[in-house]
Amino acid sequence: MKVAVLQFPGSNCDQDALKALREDVGVDAEYVWHDESSLVGFDAVFVPGGFTYGDYLRCGAIASRSAILQETKRFAEEGRPVVGICNGFQILAESGLLPGALTRNINQKFICDDVYLRAETNRSIWTADVDKVIRIPIAHGEGRYIIDEDGLKSLEDNEQIAFRYVSSKGELNDGANVNGSVSNIAGVLNKQGNVLGMMPHPERATKELLGGTDGLSILRAFSLVKA
Amino acid sequence: MAGSLQHLGYDEVQDARIGKLIQLEVDTVEESRIKEMCQKLLANPVIEDFSFEVVG
Repeated sequence: MKVAVLQFPGSNCDQDALKALREDVGVDAEYVWHDESSLVGFDAVFVPGGFTYGDYLRCGAIASRSAILQETKRFAEEGRPVVGICNGFQILAESGLLPGALTRNINQKFICDDVYLRAETNRSIWTADVDKVIRIPIAHGEGRYIIDEDGLKSLEDNEQIAFRYVSSKGELNDGANVNGSVSNIAGVLNKQGNVLGMMPHPERATKELLGGTDGLSILRAFSLVKA
Repeated sequence: MAGSLQHLGYDEVQDARIGKLIQLEVDTVEESRIKEMCQKLLANPVIEDFSFEVVG
């Protein structure tokens, strides 16, 4: 079982992701550069955060048209696991693998803080193990999830909402919705449930030294993926 | 923005919007291809509309 950690010019969570996967989840992981067009030998894909290509045009827009993303789309369509965190979520949304879009935070500010999340479905490997409120960090300026009413209904009907921002007690309210996302949405799944995108950073919450290990309840799923 | 202009005495301003302007230099003009470029990359239909104009 080997995870491809994609690297683009401007990725900055790639090393965190690789270390978390290798040291804390205990799976094999290797970097794959953005102009590669093959994922042969890999069993899962991790699209890390950062500011790919300087986030020119829109966050994640240029990266979503890169060679490795074309291959990642093909990989995902086979039902194989793909996770995008922060800028990685923006890239997956821009690529069309996930519905919706990420826009400027409602307070117009970059937010670097811990948030509380609640898993909203157990039908994906990423959320099945998250049975309590978890605390993990966010660091983004453009994480406000936007989708139209029909899109939201479709997300709800198909159980595609992976995580919502909640209070430390697990209550769904406006105060917990740090960036103003539609319906407190912090992460979504594709229809099949094999692709996850989320703004918070589970790879930054995998050791007590980092302030908590709640991210492992999401990332441990990588160890269940069959080679 | 409109309010700020009005505050400066430009009462004729009714509304204002800020958008993105992307200028492309092309060898040949084929409107269908320009439209494609807008749809495939330059605009995100989830949150943006676009229009284009050929000048020069």
